[in-house]
Amino acid sequence: MVETAKTKNGLETKIETRRLDFYYGPVQALFDISMQIPARQVTALIGPSGCGKSTFLRTLNRMNDIIDGTRLEGQVLLDGQDIYANGTDVVRLRKRIGMVFQKSNPFPKSIFDNVAYGPRIHGVKGRTTLAEIVERSLVRAGLWEEVKDRLETSAMELSGGQQQRLCIARALAVDPDILLMDEPASALDPRSTARIEDLIGELRRDYTIIIVTHNMQQAARVSDFTAFFYEGQLIEFGSTKQLFTAPKEKRTEDYITGRFG
Amino acid sequence: MTPRRKTEAYVYHLMRAITYFIVFVIAYIILDILYNGATVLRWEFLVGYPRKSGAEGGILPAILGTFCLVLGSITVALPLGMASAIYLSEYARQGRWTRMLRLAIVTLAGVPSIVFGLFGLGLFVLFMGFGASILAGSLTLACMILPTIIVAGEEALRAVPQTLREGSLALGATQWQTIRKNVLPYALPGMLTGSILGIGRAAGETAPILLTAAAFYLPKLPRSIFDQVMALPYHLYILATQHPDATKVRPMQYGTAFVLLLLVLGMSLGAILLRSRFRKKYKW
Repeated sequence: MVETAKTKNGLETKIETRRLDFYYGPVQALFDISMQIPARQVTALIGPSGCGKSTFLRTLNRMNDIIDGTRLEGQVLLDGQDIYANGTDVVRLRKRIGMVFQKSNPFPKSIFDNVAYGPRIHGVKGRTTLAEIVERSLVRAGLWEEVKDRLETSAMELSGGQQQRLCIARALAVDPDILLMDEPASALDPRSTARIEDLIGELRRDYTIIIVTHNMQQAARVSDFTAFFYEGQLIEFGSTKQLFTAPKEKRTEDYITGRFG
Repeated sequence: MTPRRKTEAYVYHLMRAITYFIVFVIAYIILDILYNGATVLRWEFLVGYPRKSGAEGGILPAILGTFCLVLGSITVALPLGMASAIYLSEYARQGRWTRMLRLAIVTLAGVPSIVFGLFGLGLFVLFMGFGASILAGSLTLACMILPTIIVAGEEALRAVPQTLREGSLALGATQWQTIRKNVLPYALPGMLTGSILGIGRAAGETAPILLTAAAFYLPKLPRSIFDQVMALPYHLYILATQHPDATKVRPMQYGTAFVLLLLVLGMSLGAILLRSRFRKKYKW
């Protein structure tokens, strides 16, 4: 039994990074990030473009592994286990950590096959079992009512907002406990954005959600905790309410009041 | 008209004229072949055996020979080429070593075909002891078209958006699962383009098979892959330059050329149809 660490607020810690440095070739992108992300809460990562927030997000499910020439130092602990330790099963790790990308990336397959993709690669067989998973995931992602009569049509025919919810459903279908979202609404219209935000509000009960966003109002609306990144460093991390109303750092205050970035 | 619009109109008309000119040249060549070969183009020519050193009769052995050589070379080169394309595009670390590999492949594509012929003669015919045969000829042609297939394959794979790979990996798919289910299906049409180009080249080349497979005059059908065969391009060459009565057999030459064109078109058409089926299935 791994003992579960508690954050300062007494919440269970899901992910902890310790002295995390990250490099793209010779360029250092993250400096000494130590952070405890609480379980079943929404944590927002904010900061100006190029501040390292997306890079940080992608270290959490080792998505940066696929980029040649990257290097990481320090530790990322998931439920107390270092995910960068030798012998870590990256495939199992990524099954536990779902990811939604900035640009919705439905596969050029049917809606059904998109959602069933994850379960299938993990060995789920049988049309009825798959159909159950697909329905459950689409319901959770708030897309079921809109697509239930056309599951066999191509996912490319959905609107941008629907595509993004489909990607969320696809991530939920492999039953992760963490959802990473990299600016999931940045390419969407206000109405679709509102739907995604509502969805995050519903999913937070069951999932640990970490969301990168450019939009500070969005961070304030959807998150319980907010981390402010600047030039590869974690400047401030605290409850969203505290960070937005009484930031401890001058740079945080400057950023959230719009003085730069 | 302002000078800028004048330039615009000038460029437009120039490009159009050049395009029409190219189409005209190709049409002229095909019509010329058809016109001059029309007298021999009948059923017996296609299914008959050559007589009197090819001055009379048909060209069935050559048609079948070329068909076997092309099919054999594609069968060998397509899987090998696709495997290397997948390795280079999906697995290899992009660095100096990979760049050198790519350079080698591109250079290989530019090697004259007679050099491939000599290579095939040395390796397949003599060293491996296959003799002059369909097998040796197919393997030689396969070496020749491999670079084309690899380059086209790699380009097709790179055209698949990275976001699809990431989406699949993020769901916990292994790299091979990702390639098999979420990259290859979308890249297949482009990869088939490489094999279409390969078919055309393998069917038309004379030099590589001259030394490894083709018979001067062999009026019977091959029984195994270790048999020598006649081949259309080589037969054409013989009729045009080596035949004692070259002018008399002129129609036979044109007929052979036309059949060669048809055969290439027919085999390419198979790949083209396959390609359009895949294209329809996966659109993004």
